[in-house]
Amino acid sequence: MTAAANPAQPTYRDAVRAAIREAMQRDPRVFLMGEDVGRYGGCYAVSKGLLDEFGPERIRDTPLSEAGFVGAGIGAAMGGMRPIVEVMTVNFSLLCLDQILNTAATIRHMSGGQVSVPLVIRMATGAGRQLAAQHSHSLENWYAHIPGIRVVAPATLEDARGMLWPALQESDPVLIFENVMLYNMTGTLPDNPGIVDLDHAAIRRPGGDISLITYGGSLWKTLTAADELAKLGIEAEVIDLRSLRPLDDATIMDSVRRTRRAIVVDEGWRSGSLAAEISARIVEQCFWSLDGPIGRVCTAEVPIPYPKHLEDAALPQPASIVAAARAALGR
Amino acid sequence: MGLFCMPSLGADMEAGKLVEWLKQPGDSIASGDIIAVVETQKGAIEIEAFETGTLDQLLVPIGQTVPVGTPLAAIRGAGEAPVAIPAAPPMPAAPIAAPLMQVSPATPTFGSAVKASPAARKFAEEHGIDLAGVTGSGPEGAIVFVDVETASRAGGMPKPAAPAPAKPAAAGLEGMRAAIGAAMSRSKREIPHYYLGHAADVTTATAWLAQRNADCAPQDRILFSALLLKAVAVSLAGFPEFNGHFGKDGYVAAKSVHLGMAIALRGGGLIAPAIHDADKLSLAEAMTRLHDLVNRVRAGRFRSSEMSDPTATLTSLGERGADWVLPVIYPPQVAIVGAGSPVEEPRVVDGQIVPRTICHLTLGADHRASDGHRGALLLRAIAERLQKPEAL
Repeated sequence: MTAAANPAQPTYRDAVRAAIREAMQRDPRVFLMGEDVGRYGGCYAVSKGLLDEFGPERIRDTPLSEAGFVGAGIGAAMGGMRPIVEVMTVNFSLLCLDQILNTAATIRHMSGGQVSVPLVIRMATGAGRQLAAQHSHSLENWYAHIPGIRVVAPATLEDARGMLWPALQESDPVLIFENVMLYNMTGTLPDNPGIVDLDHAAIRRPGGDISLITYGGSLWKTLTAADELAKLGIEAEVIDLRSLRPLDDATIMDSVRRTRRAIVVDEGWRSGSLAAEISARIVEQCFWSLDGPIGRVCTAEVPIPYPKHLEDAALPQPASIVAAARAALGR
Repeated sequence: MGLFCMPSLGADMEAGKLVEWLKQPGDSIASGDIIAVVETQKGAIEIEAFETGTLDQLLVPIGQTVPVGTPLAAIRGAGEAPVAIPAAPPMPAAPIAAPLMQVSPATPTFGSAVKASPAARKFAEEHGIDLAGVTGSGPEGAIVFVDVETASRAGGMPKPAAPAPAKPAAAGLEGMRAAIGAAMSRSKREIPHYYLGHAADVTTATAWLAQRNADCAPQDRILFSALLLKAVAVSLAGFPEFNGHFGKDGYVAAKSVHLGMAIALRGGGLIAPAIHDADKLSLAEAMTRLHDLVNRVRAGRFRSSEMSDPTATLTSLGERGADWVLPVIYPPQVAIVGAGSPVEEPRVVDGQIVPRTICHLTLGADHRASDGHRGALLLRAIAERLQKPEAL
């Protein structure tokens, strides 16, 4: 799987589109709505062609009002539909944070289980495309903080293809975070892909010397770093979290108990980050197995800069991951 | 211009008592002049100046005990203004005698200055390994899991209170090297070694052995190393300050002589298990035990007690080694005897230069437990016993 575009191979974008199409075909209650998802084909071209195939009843362009159309999605889900709501970027989702936190996440609990919100919200997240500080942030952790919803981050074509259907079967809202740098990534998909589970982290590369824990767009940088480390004789284990809420503690802790060292790579800002949460859990559950301090490779605490070189410098990169791993090993 | 400060007259000196000024303010001082007398635990010591100039000011009255580094006097160079006097370092809160007693090195405990990872500490506690004897390979020199694991595999540094369940048979060379490194680093860090050498004339002994072995089947022959083993063990029994252990509470002489024998392994590395009650063995028994031990060590099979309780060590370079060795003590032991390869040398006997077979004996000993005078007597005792092999 590479980041280079190859027209002969499906992209991550194709995988997401195939997942939406399959869900629409399998379940008439499923529909897609969001800004520019119809006639424009989605700002990341995920839904291109779906309007022609499914018509404006099921592929719905919305006004530029996140609070409005996410609220409508919640209502539709409560009313028996299975909506897929696309929010253009996680930055914009703050306009509907009230709907997600105060309504979607709470209704089942506040109604004593009488009313569920089987809603899927897809959001683009992450930096690297020079979209500057209002379109580039990684706020997954803000949502991973909220009880009552599930948060997943597909990093591979297989997960992008396979996570949507089980997400639509959940009775709680599921937020799917798609890193903007992955849409053009090519890979292979089986002709008849099965569903994937939403619960477990995946070990993308086994290794015994150090655990590199990451998710989403950072997975590929981390795998590149692991290859660099291998040249130095350091075998890194790379864990793709896949689910940010709930976290798969068992897989993380099993790995750290074996390697005794951990680095968390997280495109969020360091303070109050998902990396901070994972570090704390490791210390709580694995303290006596640790051979050194837990490292974090996070985004610099600045609004994501526009200039390419500054944007690159602000984000976790393979070199910084390699440096953190070497420091943890004293090598 | 400079300050004349209470010098450190030894690594264990924290403070000294000023007992006499030999110069007064206004006196001119040349570098090397003795200007004061300081009393320490080692006695009254005359203190030299390393400055040239005029004694400007005396800062400490006679009779006062001050910490090392405290300015005692200001010395002014020609034409210089008076010296600005920095504040004296604080006195230790406790009486001087107490800190001096506490200087005993490294009594490692959890939470001490030893930097070790949680995983390393847990493993060390479970396996009874003293972290102070382990060299760290982690970030900032921290002791990490693999360091204690390899130390444990190679026999490790047993905690004084709870001997390690040694599993030396499984030792790889890397683990062995780490363990040797850890033990020897600790030794050189903690033990104030002194060394003595003595040329032992073993002409009689080697001749006696050759005669004794002439009529023996190979398995019944006695080697020179067995003679050494016996001579050293019997001698140690009469020198308790070299046969024992230096632990947390200072030196404790052992009741028996369990002589550690440094044995080189064929694949590299070195190990020094004990021959128990070596001073009570007959020469034939000593030979049998030595033969048995070497075979078992080289096969990787020996008992944990042999690893954990040597009371002193003998390192013998054998037939094809160097002339002599300056051996390093294996802590917590306090002495190690070295024996070079016996070699023909010209010696003066009864006014004539004659060829004699010489074995250069050396002693590395711990100054916390003994002094050179007794060490020399020990070496002479060993040499004399080697002169009368039939008595061994």
